[in-house]
Amino acid sequence: MIFEMSALSCAFPGCRWSVLLLVLVLLVCSALPIDASASVYPLRGTEGSNLTNVTTKKAFPVIGVNYDHVRKPFEIALWILLALLMKLGFHIIPRVSSVVPESCLLIVVGLLVGGFIKVIGEKPPVLDSQLFFLCLLPPIILDAGYFLPIRPFTDNVGTILVFAVIGTLWNAFFVGGSLYALCQIESVDLAGIGLLSCLLFGSIVSAVDPVAVLAVFEEIHINELLHILVFGESLLNDAVTVVLYNLFEEFYKVGTVTVLDVFLGVVCFFVVSLGGVLVGVIYGFLAAFTSRFTSHTRVIEPLFVFLYSYMAYLSSELFHLSGIMALIACGVVMRPYVEANISHKSYTTIKYFLKMWSSVSETLIFIFLGVSTVAGPHAWNWAFVVGTVVLCLVSRVLGVIGLTFIINKFRIVKLTKKDQFIVAYGGLRGAIAFSLGYLLSDSHPTRHLFLTAIITVIFFTVFVQGMTIRPLVELLAVKRKKESKRSINEEIHTEFLDHLLRGVEDVCGHYGHYHWKDKLSRFNKTYVKRWLIAGENFREPELIAFYRKMELKQAIMMVESGQLSSSLPSTVSMQNIEPKPIPRVSKKQEEEIRRILRSNLQNNKQRMRSRSYSRHTLFEADEEDNMSEVRLRKTKMEMDRRVSVMEGRVSVLDWTSGVLTFPNLNIAEIQPRNCNKPMFALVTIFLQVSHYLTVPANRESPRIGVRRVRFESDNQVFSTDRLPTAHFEKPSYPSTPDAVSLEAEFPKRVNQKTDIGPKVYASDNHQRELDYQSLARCLSDPGPHKEEEEDDDDDEIFMS
Amino acid sequence: MGASQSARTEHEFKDLADRTGFSLEQINNLNKRFRQLSSNKETLSREDLASIPDLDNNPIRLQIINAFFDKRNLSQSEVGIVQEIGFEEFLMVLTHFQPAAMDITEDNREKLRRTKLRFLFNMHDTDGNGIITLEEYRQAVEELLSKAGTIAPETVKAIADAAMLDVASTTRGKMEPDEFYEGITFEHFLQILKTLDIETTMHVRFLNLDTANMRCGK
Repeated sequence: MIFEMSALSCAFPGCRWSVLLLVLVLLVCSALPIDASASVYPLRGTEGSNLTNVTTKKAFPVIGVNYDHVRKPFEIALWILLALLMKLGFHIIPRVSSVVPESCLLIVVGLLVGGFIKVIGEKPPVLDSQLFFLCLLPPIILDAGYFLPIRPFTDNVGTILVFAVIGTLWNAFFVGGSLYALCQIESVDLAGIGLLSCLLFGSIVSAVDPVAVLAVFEEIHINELLHILVFGESLLNDAVTVVLYNLFEEFYKVGTVTVLDVFLGVVCFFVVSLGGVLVGVIYGFLAAFTSRFTSHTRVIEPLFVFLYSYMAYLSSELFHLSGIMALIACGVVMRPYVEANISHKSYTTIKYFLKMWSSVSETLIFIFLGVSTVAGPHAWNWAFVVGTVVLCLVSRVLGVIGLTFIINKFRIVKLTKKDQFIVAYGGLRGAIAFSLGYLLSDSHPTRHLFLTAIITVIFFTVFVQGMTIRPLVELLAVKRKKESKRSINEEIHTEFLDHLLRGVEDVCGHYGHYHWKDKLSRFNKTYVKRWLIAGENFREPELIAFYRKMELKQAIMMVESGQLSSSLPSTVSMQNIEPKPIPRVSKKQEEEIRRILRSNLQNNKQRMRSRSYSRHTLFEADEEDNMSEVRLRKTKMEMDRRVSVMEGRVSVLDWTSGVLTFPNLNIAEIQPRNCNKPMFALVTIFLQVSHYLTVPANRESPRIGVRRVRFESDNQVFSTDRLPTAHFEKPSYPSTPDAVSLEAEFPKRVNQKTDIGPKVYASDNHQRELDYQSLARCLSDPGPHKEEEEDDDDDEIFMS
Repeated sequence: MGASQSARTEHEFKDLADRTGFSLEQINNLNKRFRQLSSNKETLSREDLASIPDLDNNPIRLQIINAFFDKRNLSQSEVGIVQEIGFEEFLMVLTHFQPAAMDITEDNREKLRRTKLRFLFNMHDTDGNGIITLEEYRQAVEELLSKAGTIAPETVKAIADAAMLDVASTTRGKMEPDEFYEGITFEHFLQILKTLDIETTMHVRFLNLDTANMRCGK
């Protein structure tokens, strides 16, 4: 897509600028109708009043304008649409988007739009705090929480908590205290600001913002550890921010602080954070439990996820608990159970809706930030504002260094200086700080000053730090995120390591990290999963779930990739790794083969597309929409594997060209043209199988057209009534007369109808039966040995 | 214990500390644990380890126990199983689980990775021929899933086969149909697990061994 975009931009150099300009103009115009309606109506009103005096008949209004009716949704939709068009516009210009992070561009757009609006004379809309906290923030946090990588998070949770709680506290007090000291200096002329005010301001401006962090870090792809440290910190410091903000706001109103108040503040912190988590966990379990019963109403599954999470957020906001922590906890708790219960399509829906909403929210937030900057009443004070910016930076750096020093004593994987630098540099402030500042009641005389300072800090961090972090990361050669997907070997060994380390801990007599992790996981398996996961799936160990997911992905990839056989260069197949098999097929395998062939004959609508590794069939348990197709492919793989198992000398089966070489079997090159691949597979199996068969020369007339196969021990021929549509060409190995006669045997088997119903057998078709027999006879030695007694029950089983 | 004996053990411990890289305190704690497990004998046998109750729930307990008695983990060159191990050998096995030092050089880091991965490799390679064959790998996966309820053997086989195929494709690339991939060599093993960051994940904290908390192994 990048190539197309660059091609587009190359082809029409002036075009993209004009598009952007057009979009900007449209955005401005959207603000205009806000007052346009005011002008429209009075006009009509006067006209109406004139008319009542005259009482002349007015013509029926064919078309009219009623903007007020749709005003609010119209504006909202238009804003969102234009914001997204801007986002689209940035990506058309590849040069700019690689240097400047998107958040910066969006703020600039917001500034421009705000500027236009102001120039025109209207009042630009400000980022309403309620809108922000109730509508724009939750999708972003839910997206982050639902897809939070659990393993790195839990491995580093201690570090994250230390940074989030102690780091934020340190920041708040340092910035607040220093600013107060600054205000005391005579020349600054800010003596009016009390300590509490400064501390309040410090608490607002000190929190690292998840939105900004996400926006910037998303693009630089640093390694998982650093990402989760900064991001986790930005999520978990919400509790601290909420408590400090409410605390200082209360104190400011009251005016005095007692020790009891401080103590209650500490208690409040625990209540807020743990309460938020508790609320989230409860809603998470509710969602998981609900998803257990949704197997008949798959369409609304994603809604449960979204609504329960939103309720968790709102409920905790209701009680002044930390909404962000509730949302994170809800997402984390519900995810493993919900994903075990919902269908694949629902999972995809959830993923895409979350990404979509969070993307829209983020875009809107940044644009509104820009617009609000232009709108808001500002009060500039050089000392205060510059002091804020500098102090924020200084306190962040000091805080990170100091805390890392302490933390490294407890960490196995220590944080290096590079890591510390990135963590400190990644402490971006964002819209949450702005909204909290905006929420300050007007009783604060210095509210405007605070807002100005907050905006300056935000701009500084987002622009300066956001833009320079990418080259710095490259300069410092910080480890980047490894892009590869997890392979099954890694998964196996991760689990293996878990058990190994736990075992060694037990040998050493030591209840460590792995011991508790294992206890939790066992508790989860025995009690929790039983209640929350539908059906029998809860018994499934993780490795198998992973394997199934992997298979599913591969199968879907196969379905989607269609004719691109060369794109899946399966270089190794089973025969390369399986030791030379003894061609003895047990009864169980025979049963298996029969079942596979039967199911193939039942669903032979699909065509075989491309070849991949040989795999086993998937579990039958899952009932997906297109699983039958997938399963068919799987069974084909299975047959492929069985074929190669049975005949170790078979060369690579090249499905797409339909060329099958059996160098040791002296069978003609079979080229199924219009053939149905399952039938083709059937034939190949048959041909394979028949190599080992001995066919009774004195075959009686077929009873019901069904034969079974027994290899080597019992000599019967297995076939079905319907023949594949294999069209056999001139053999390329005409070394034996047998091969030639093959062609003669099957001269006209082109385009047979392959729509076979559920019953495999048919009562007539002796001709085909005989054909098969003769084919078998061609290829194998006749052996007059037949056991009839066992035919009955087996045939019945087969025919039922 | 007489003063002379404790002095001797002190000296031994110091010696061990130098050779294995554990601190004196860690060696003291581990020695106490060793004594506890071996009921104050000089050597530890399989039965002693097998009787640790916490290990019962571990699906790979047999392999873990075997690992302690595997000669390959005790010294580089020999192959085979010993019946009993002394304290020094106990420590040698446990050195595989030490964390990497903070200021470790790249070379040493690589060496550490190799040592740890070699330990894992030896656990899988039960017949000691230096190659993990398909059968051995299947066995390993089966053991891993053994405590997870009833699993169809087909699935186990499928997973092991898929894993093996993955290794073969990643390491050998395109293979002729006639070629046979005997098994995972140590070099291949290194290659497929290089993303796991073994040197940081495979460690046990020997720091806070609380002797009062230690459960009796009998």
